[in-house]
Amino acid sequence: MPSVCLYFQVHQPRRLKQYRIFDIGKDHSYFNEKSETNRNNQAIIKKIAQKCYLPANKLLLKLLKKYPTFRITYSFSGVFLDQLEEYYPEVLKSFQELVETGHVEILSETYYHSLSFLYSVDEFIHQIKLHSKRIEEVFGVKPKIFRNTELIYNNDIGKIVGSLGYKGVLAEGADHILQWRSPNYLYKHPEINLPLLLKNYKLSDDIAFRFSSKDWPEYPLTADKFSQWISALQNEDIACLFMDYETFGEHQWEDTGIFNFLGALPEEILKNQNIDFITPSEAVKRYKPVAELDIPEYVSWADTERDLSAWLSNPMQHDAAFKLYAMEEDVLDSGDKQLIEDWRRLQTSDHFYYMCTKWFADGDVHKYFNPYESPYEAFITFMNVLKDLKLRLSKTDQIMIEDIKEKLVQLTTN
Amino acid sequence: MKTRVLMFGWEFPPYNSGGLGVACHGLTKALVSQDITITFVLPKRMGLKGDIPHILFADDDILNIHQIDTLLYPYITSSKYIDERQSIKGGYGKNLFDEVYRYALHARRIAQQEQFDIIHAHEWLSFPAGLAAKSVSGKPLIVHVHATEYDRSGGNINPMVFNIEWEALQKADEIIAVSEYTKQIIIDQYGISPNKITVVHNGVTPFDDNRQPLIDKPFSLAELKQSGAKIVLFVGRLTLQKGPDYFLQAAKKVLEFEPNTYFLIAGSGDMERELIEKTAQLGISDKVFFTGFLRGEDLKKVYRSADLFVLSSVSEPFGITTLESMINGTPVLVSKQSGVAGALQHALKVDFWDIDEMANKMLAVLMYRPLMQSLSENGYQEAQKFTWQQAAEKCIRIYERLVKN
Repeated sequence: MPSVCLYFQVHQPRRLKQYRIFDIGKDHSYFNEKSETNRNNQAIIKKIAQKCYLPANKLLLKLLKKYPTFRITYSFSGVFLDQLEEYYPEVLKSFQELVETGHVEILSETYYHSLSFLYSVDEFIHQIKLHSKRIEEVFGVKPKIFRNTELIYNNDIGKIVGSLGYKGVLAEGADHILQWRSPNYLYKHPEINLPLLLKNYKLSDDIAFRFSSKDWPEYPLTADKFSQWISALQNEDIACLFMDYETFGEHQWEDTGIFNFLGALPEEILKNQNIDFITPSEAVKRYKPVAELDIPEYVSWADTERDLSAWLSNPMQHDAAFKLYAMEEDVLDSGDKQLIEDWRRLQTSDHFYYMCTKWFADGDVHKYFNPYESPYEAFITFMNVLKDLKLRLSKTDQIMIEDIKEKLVQLTTN
Repeated sequence: MKTRVLMFGWEFPPYNSGGLGVACHGLTKALVSQDITITFVLPKRMGLKGDIPHILFADDDILNIHQIDTLLYPYITSSKYIDERQSIKGGYGKNLFDEVYRYALHARRIAQQEQFDIIHAHEWLSFPAGLAAKSVSGKPLIVHVHATEYDRSGGNINPMVFNIEWEALQKADEIIAVSEYTKQIIIDQYGISPNKITVVHNGVTPFDDNRQPLIDKPFSLAELKQSGAKIVLFVGRLTLQKGPDYFLQAAKKVLEFEPNTYFLIAGSGDMERELIEKTAQLGISDKVFFTGFLRGEDLKKVYRSADLFVLSSVSEPFGITTLESMINGTPVLVSKQSGVAGALQHALKVDFWDIDEMANKMLAVLMYRPLMQSLSENGYQEAQKFTWQQAAEKCIRIYERLVKN
């Protein structure tokens, strides 16, 4: 009897504005694009709120009230919550209302939706804690299940997350890690007691990517048909449907019928009395892992490769990330709050995604989500900003040195 | 049976003043290799005497070159004609239009003598010739647009040239445009239906497999490079169309940030004097080198020595020098007002008038090594896809379609 775990990633980066070499040393505001381009974060939040967040939240609230056994799960990046607070508090309120039903789980992640684990474990843990605190402030709940940026996962991440007390982790059910095994069970970490929930990418992508594709033999997808596919998994435990929240209304526009589909889904699925909805926390309590799953290499939900190549596959991406994290100690030592905040905002994985040059297989997807004309422009902008950040850092260094000198002088004269 | 093409052009390497001769040569050679019989007609005796076909194409006499003894100057810019140009308004040689029509008269005679299935005319100077050949033979005419009067004139259209182009575009059975950019100009400015226009990108012939910088002179490039200096390259005729003045203004801004940068301007043309003066006015004379028109080994050397190639054109139908640069492993920054900008992914792009952004991108390539590496490697791969064989295949599909009808 399978349980359906419906989880949505909700995240929007703070995109960098047009920032030229000539701005270095003169302009220290990196994220405040005002022009009518797709780098204008405020305009993007407003647009997506109208198309997705507000209508989807309204619909889901109705469904949660109507069906007491309906469950949904979200992850909100810290940068997303900050932007809602700044640009559109009404949307934040509607998410809070959903959580107040008690049937919505919120997952843990890094505050800045970052790749920090790959470069600095300290920074990774710090961002998880920052995020947890923020979720408690905003929603009054403490996340118990972890999911890393874009479902990036391997054994090492599992170990650290386990040591922080999390009760489970979400990951991609990629073929190359599962091989002959089914994604529709819980698995566990090979060394520690940490359950893994794996995305059923086929069923997830049927909604997220194929829903409106007229070339797809299953088109049009109805809630009835989909629930039959779910009930076909009768001897398995769980169907993990993980996707971007923006699937509803933004990636799949309203006129594709996506909201009608979502609206009809709980009823269709619950018609079969053997099937229910479940949150990850409930799942790790109810189901036992069937086997250990050894995942030494990084796996993610991005592109066909399902690895790190969307963010880190060309020399520009590696260089940008390396140079950013090389500043960690100096940035943190500076004690300059704004500087630290800017440095962390630059860690958001999207900045590296925009620099991806894997045009050939997934070029269209990358292009669609890229506010820059090309990966090269994304890199140039990022590196210019990084140069300014370094300049600010060297200035705070200078101030600190002057400060110490002064104190030394005072000490010696006293 | 082999398709026989009567082709009208106006220049052929090594007697070319720009990209057109290179393009005609590359395309013709590829067509011949794909079993098309070509009679190539040139308006002017260029010293291509006697066994020229054998020199051009080692194999045999499949390609016949006809030469007509006239004087034609396709470009306003060739430095030899500066004096002539200065004495006449309008930019074109005084007898040019007479010669264009004289060429058409000869074309009529040739069309009566030769056996062929298709007429293929390159560029406006040979359009009346193509039309004449069509009228006497009744064979289908393809006009191949490598540039329009809109590109060449920088907005100051010569109505006579425009009329010649317009008439040929109207009457042609099929139009080949070298880029989507040019196709759009033909649609917008000449009012031609898009159904009649096929885009056939130019190809590029690899110089050789080696992309290593050549440690050879001219211009002491090697010494400059060894001293850690960066080199930014401009290749093209020195005319308004190519935007060399925008290039210089951007150079000035770059030098404020990266003083150890040198700018190479390879080409000649009517703006040369003006540009040299401008360089002095901007106070960057010691950083800008004018090399004159380069070809062959010398051109290859400057491509490979450069850290960045810039195409700053105001309106560029294609921009073959861009591909030549990429195939030599040099990153490119191209004007958005160009055909290659629409055809390439692994190129930086900028509006020609946006000096700040042009300088920003030049500096980025010079300062950020991974950017230079990625553009170089990806650009090299991408340029391989532009082959004359592929261009020839597209032409042959058009030939087959027209012959059938």
